Amino acid sequence: MIDTLRLTAEEAAALLERRELSAAELHAAYLDAIRARDGELHAYLRTVDEPDADGVPVALKDLICTRGVETTAGSRILAGYVPPYDATVATRCRAARLSFLGKTNMDEFAMGSSTENSGFGPTRNPWDPDRVPGGSSGGSAAAVAAGLAPWALGSDTGGSIKQPAALCGVVGLRPTYGTVSRYGIVAFASSLDQIGPIAKTVRDCALLYRIIAGRDPCDTTTVDLPESVELPETEHLRGLRVGVPRELNEAEGIEPGVTEAVNRAVELARELGADVSECELPRSVEYGLSCYYLIAPAEASSNLARYDGVRYGLRSETNGDTRAMYERTRHDGFGDEPKRRIMLGAYALSAGYYEAFYGQAQKVRTLIRREHDALFERFDVLLSPTSPTVAFRLGERTENPLAMYLSDVLTIPSNLAGLPGLSIPCGLSEGLPVGLQLIGRQFAENALFRVGHALERALAFGYVPSRLRDGGAV
Amino acid sequence: MGPVAFSETFERIWTMAISREEVRHVARLARLELSEDELARFGGQLDAILEAVGKVGELDLSGVEPTAHPLDLVNVWSDDEPRGSLSVAEVLANAPDSEDTFFRVPPA
Amino acid sequence: MSWQPVIGLEIHIHLKTRTKMFCRCELAYGLDANTRTCPICLGHPGTLPVPNARAIEWTIKLGLALGCEIADRAIFHRKNYFYPDLPKGYQISQYDEPLCRHGRLLVPGPEVDAEVGIVRAHLEEDAAKNVHVGGAAGRIHGAGRTLVDFNRGGTPLVEIVTRPDLHSADEARRFLQLLRQTVVELGISDAEMEKGSLRFDVNVSVRPAGSDELRTRTELKNMNSFAFAARGIQREVDRQIGIYEAGGEVEQETLHFDPDHELAPPLRSKEEAQDYRYFPEPDLVPLAPPRQLVERLRKEIPEPPGARIRRFESQYGLRFYDAEVLNGSVALAELYERVVSAGVDAKAASNVLMNEFARTGVEPGAVDAVELAKVIEARARIPRDRFNEALAGSGDPGFDAERYLGDGLVVETSELEPLVERVLAANEKEVAAYRAGKRGLLGFFVGQVMRETGGNADARVVNELLRTKLDA
Ligand SMILES: [Mg+2]
Ligand SMILES: [Zn+2]
Repeated sequence: MIDTLRLTAEEAAALLERRELSAAELHAAYLDAIRARDGELHAYLRTVDEPDADGVPVALKDLICTRGVETTAGSRILAGYVPPYDATVATRCRAARLSFLGKTNMDEFAMGSSTENSGFGPTRNPWDPDRVPGGSSGGSAAAVAAGLAPWALGSDTGGSIKQPAALCGVVGLRPTYGTVSRYGIVAFASSLDQIGPIAKTVRDCALLYRIIAGRDPCDTTTVDLPESVELPETEHLRGLRVGVPRELNEAEGIEPGVTEAVNRAVELARELGADVSECELPRSVEYGLSCYYLIAPAEASSNLARYDGVRYGLRSETNGDTRAMYERTRHDGFGDEPKRRIMLGAYALSAGYYEAFYGQAQKVRTLIRREHDALFERFDVLLSPTSPTVAFRLGERTENPLAMYLSDVLTIPSNLAGLPGLSIPCGLSEGLPVGLQLIGRQFAENALFRVGHALERALAFGYVPSRLRDGGAV
Repeated sequence: MGPVAFSETFERIWTMAISREEVRHVARLARLELSEDELARFGGQLDAILEAVGKVGELDLSGVEPTAHPLDLVNVWSDDEPRGSLSVAEVLANAPDSEDTFFRVPPA
Repeated sequence: MSWQPVIGLEIHIHLKTRTKMFCRCELAYGLDANTRTCPICLGHPGTLPVPNARAIEWTIKLGLALGCEIADRAIFHRKNYFYPDLPKGYQISQYDEPLCRHGRLLVPGPEVDAEVGIVRAHLEEDAAKNVHVGGAAGRIHGAGRTLVDFNRGGTPLVEIVTRPDLHSADEARRFLQLLRQTVVELGISDAEMEKGSLRFDVNVSVRPAGSDELRTRTELKNMNSFAFAARGIQREVDRQIGIYEAGGEVEQETLHFDPDHELAPPLRSKEEAQDYRYFPEPDLVPLAPPRQLVERLRKEIPEPPGARIRRFESQYGLRFYDAEVLNGSVALAELYERVVSAGVDAKAASNVLMNEFARTGVEPGAVDAVELAKVIEARARIPRDRFNEALAGSGDPGFDAERYLGDGLVVETSELEPLVERVLAANEKEVAAYRAGKRGLLGFFVGQVMRETGGNADARVVNELLRTKLDA
């Protein structure tokens, strides 16, 4: 009996290594778990029933192109699209002998923070099915939390790995911009999109990051890692300088239960030997959200122009000309959120508004980078909550786009600066997981892993969702 | 540009609500067919979002360089060596409509 | 009042790299549709562009040949618009930070030389090809359907924008020819209008002579040859002058020429105002051409054709038109210079190359100049047919001038003497008449001897021999 709810990827790899288990048995165990629990959760859009490699299986967010396997980015406009090529991260996973379990659900084109914007129905939170798993990598986070995958890849533009990892009580890494190839990743906002791992433990995250990271000749915005990925071992934090930015920890809308759990984790860091002090990120937090919601939609409006019904994906028939076909196809194929962002982005880039909106946002981005650079002169890691709230109820924020946008207020600033961020669970509030965000300087993933691992050991968070703790094994 | 001139320039834009006509214009630019209902609904939402994101206009950033990209890389390119194309079957496998080996669309 | 035309050009030139601008599909012309395409040039989800290093080098090289400043930093922008031949919904192009700017091209003319300012030369990707079928005569409007072939999509394209420094249709034609020649001689493009590897639009306005105002201009599109463009420009200049002289105003508009109906008036269109929403391409990093690279490329630039024309005028004392014709290709110009340096008179060499030689259609690059010089030097003493035959053969491998001039001719008196005697013996009546004073018969005897030798006798030797015998 394989307890997929508790088995980490590292443990699974060891079982395979010792031949106590075959890859086929392992793959089948996850498919059984998916059959048992995914009817309720809908973490997967489709599964791959035969393992195509003999390593630990992995789930891929459905914006990662997989040759011969339908890839939709959660959008009806891409329903039926079968890529003729593999994303570089998929190629690297294959090279590491990981088998593909399937493609996970997501907010359409990664636009959203709840996975309710999927064109194929929402994913539910394994801790409470009435609540969202966060987003946009909600399917990947829910799959890992519910034991439907040992680990998974997600993508993070404004917080789409960190926030769902937080809401589902698992670990998620948003890597430094440029360390993981975007080739084959259905684009949302090119200057922000990053692929990263979601797993039960920090060590698993580091293992998967090691597999996918590094320069890719197919993505000219990637670089080689300045140092190789180290699996964290140490359980103390002596010599580590930890900053606690006031604005990220006292932002309006942070739930008291969240603050409480995060404060305990900060206290723990101090007990483990870290040198902890308060600091400021005044403009990054105040202006980050506005900056992000100009830059990301502007890039998205352009990235989503290729969905025109000519070469692949949906085409709506009309009696008119090409233009009528385009307009009907895009009307029928995109959900509300992509439409809003496409229009917002087109507006921000249009003649007469560029300087005031997009141009100005790019300058704000410079300020945000500088503020972070200055802090990293004094600190090795910054701590804050990942999300202001625990998982919210389905439907709670769908009517008000701005309320939904606020879900990412704490993850956006460091994303704009291109910095790595790790979210680890740090406790419960109202019975739901709270995420702790660790932000590092550029390429400082090893530092994040070290701190994350030490805190993870000390916190001893029970990552199996409470309602699944009995009879989790299938 | 000093702070005064700056805020005047931006003030005009920030206080301007997006008009129905402008929503129609961006929808047209973006090739999105919208019904009158959708125009009204999206118009209201865009208005609220624009007001929120307009916050970036509070800052005088006249001397600040824009960040187009979080990494400071230059000159990344590849040799001019062919690497092979797809077969026609692969090219047309996802095509909604084709004729011979062409993609086919309604008349321009 | 007299009017001055004000003409600016925007030229697009395909680079003949092996692969496309942002993917490594091979460039090929005339293949079945969509046989040179990949996920990148089809704009599949998730694909990213990777610039072609050679295309960047060649753009810099062209910029240097056009006297441009090469930017320390250049970036690609996205130009957003929808069209079936544009797979991503945007074209990757350059906008306010192009690779090359502030250049000039010398355009020598018969009276005055023009110096045409180059505003910029930038690198971009070409669109694919739409074929409109099933409608009225294949015209865009009324077509039944559109077929798209992405083979051409993504071809590296250099766009060159001139200042409005051209002041006649003829000057514009001359500029285009020089520019075409420049890129061909740099080896970076075929620049063939029939293949679409050179395309251009023309901006035309007129102003009262002597003023420097810039009036409303119209844009002429769809030009398919330089000569056609020159006629189109002239017609548009005349039309605008007509409007002003009748007290009217010229409207800003685009005029599409129909290559098949040159005499028909251009199709007018008032296109919907475009809003391309340019922004820096986030999938690419900036270009910062290394100085050593730029200097290496600068050393590789050959003498520009315009400067060469001017040098030919002064160095060889040629008329402008002759210098221009001789510089129609670098191979012809080089052949000319080598023939002259082999000792042929500059004027004579120019005459032969532009006339008799040009008529043979021989590829100048294939000709051994030293051998050709011998032929030209002998042109006065060998028969015309033989001369032309020599020119026609001058491009053949191993061509040997002697075969046509020296070794093949019978010049030895000892060999010719018996022949001459036979001819004189066979024509006793004529010999008597000559000796009686009909000196004009000499030509008759020469002809007879030449016929006997099949034209292979040296005419001067024959003449001399005959005279000696007859006058004896
Ligand atoms: Mg152009
Ligand atoms: Zn290609």
